[in-house]
Amino acid sequence: MDKIKTIVDKEWAEVFKNKLVLFSVAFLPLMLTALPIIMLATTQNLTPEEMISTASTPDAFFGDLCIGLNEADCTQVYMLNLFTLMFMILPVMVPVTIAAYSIVGEKTTRSLEPLLATPITTMELIIGKAAAAVIPAIVVTWLSFGIYMGITRFMTNDAVFARIIDPMWLLAVFLVGPLLAVLAVCAAMMISSRVSDPRTAEQLSGAVVLPVILVMMGQSFGLFLLSQELILVTAVVLVFLDAILVYITIKMFQRETILTRWK
Amino acid sequence: MIETTNLTKKFGDNTAVDRLTLSIPEGEVFGFLGPNGAGKTTTVRMLTSLIAPTAGTAVLMGHRLGEDDTEIRRNVGILTETPGMYERLSAHKNLSIYARLYEVKDIEGQVEKYLRMLGLWERRGDATGTFSKGMRQKLAIARSLLHEPRLLFLDEPTAGLDPEASRLVRDFIGEVKGQGRTIFLTTHNLDEADRLCDRVAVFKSRLRVLDTPEGLRKQLYGRQVVFHLADEAQTGLPILQNLPYIKKIEAIENKLLVAVDDPETHNPEMIRLLVNGGQNIQFVGELRHSLEEIYLQMVNRAEAEEADGQN
Repeated sequence: MDKIKTIVDKEWAEVFKNKLVLFSVAFLPLMLTALPIIMLATTQNLTPEEMISTASTPDAFFGDLCIGLNEADCTQVYMLNLFTLMFMILPVMVPVTIAAYSIVGEKTTRSLEPLLATPITTMELIIGKAAAAVIPAIVVTWLSFGIYMGITRFMTNDAVFARIIDPMWLLAVFLVGPLLAVLAVCAAMMISSRVSDPRTAEQLSGAVVLPVILVMMGQSFGLFLLSQELILVTAVVLVFLDAILVYITIKMFQRETILTRWK
Repeated sequence: MIETTNLTKKFGDNTAVDRLTLSIPEGEVFGFLGPNGAGKTTTVRMLTSLIAPTAGTAVLMGHRLGEDDTEIRRNVGILTETPGMYERLSAHKNLSIYARLYEVKDIEGQVEKYLRMLGLWERRGDATGTFSKGMRQKLAIARSLLHEPRLLFLDEPTAGLDPEASRLVRDFIGEVKGQGRTIFLTTHNLDEADRLCDRVAVFKSRLRVLDTPEGLRKQLYGRQVVFHLADEAQTGLPILQNLPYIKKIEAIENKLLVAVDDPETHNPEMIRLLVNGGQNIQFVGELRHSLEEIYLQMVNRAEAEEADGQN
């Protein structure tokens, strides 16, 4: 356990002194927190023509979303739902940058060989590096979500806020978010064990965000609506997927291959 | 301390290390010499359990390679070919991380001890990215010693360093040698190997020769005494050439080169005979071949053998 803590400590000390990584980690949460605030400020003064017409939109599009709300509130709930879904992107995007640099970065400084020469096991090394990427992602996501919720509370009425603080979103952010972060980190680490450039690793690992974007698009086009049940099913699937990916990541981290291939 | 039997490493069809059998006792400084691509780093990586051998066995400090790898890594120190420091972190932080990974009990004490010993204490708070190559190498040596290993692997410790930094590193290795640690040293610097090593091996995929530096000289050239005479050495040649213990004699300008097995015993008689024969001896010395000459001869021989094998 102490070795895992040492690796986490080392990763944070190293990664957070890298301005590029720090910018990548901070930019997205800042943007995702700022955008809904701007949106809320602008939708407070919408004209009736600019609001979503609940009467002319098919029921399937909103489901239960707008029942009991006027058009102005429905517009806000609809927009905020989309933004809340964006908090599913944060736990995927933030750790990918850190994880991609954590292994390939060792290549550029040639620091992996002395590290592997210590009595650390592959499992300790991988768990340490993964934790160093997952923990900041979760902290940043939850913190941003907290700020977002706080501001939403002040800028919306009770009826709108009640729809946003829905248990479905809490499950998504507090349960699915960390599971997505583990998934993204495993993918990034597998990729970065195989490539030799941090940017390539980051770009390839970024592909993990695609399913989340597809869900966002499906939701925004009304193809389907997220529900508490769907979130729970997703969480269960992710638990299994994460366990498999952690196993594969540890198996794929071949000390010898990495040392002899990295010239 | 190190026992290897037929240790072999293959990468595909290429045999990097071929049936290496070695026995290195405790406290010895063992020089492992060879040209680039000879398999020196591969050998070090195998012995430090970074990569697995294809065949053969090795036992280090009683721990068997492939079975007690974590124990081997816990008990050996390694200076890798490149220092591999975390460049954004300070020297102190770099060493502290490794002290924790090596389960050092007095982390602060050990880090301070080696930073002071290598003259880096004043720069302990600076990022290692700002360090010169020599300073980084010294820090890497400190890192390899933090957990006080009895067995130390030094892979090209002075490669790419300027003469002053090389000397500092070499002096420090001498100091470590004085502490009775076993050192496995790979180097291209033959003068360094000559000065530091108790025994040297010339290696090119397989072990070509293994002996003390003095033993190698004797093996290849025998011992040669050189008499500097005041006149042409040809005049002194008949005086010595029929002596039974002389293996070879040669006159070059005013120098008489004499190959004998035991100069300490035979020099007094040879000097007496030359003086009585009317020769004026300016001085007498032993012709000492550099380890570089020996090394080049062994490597050339290895290359010739390889060429023969291919034909």
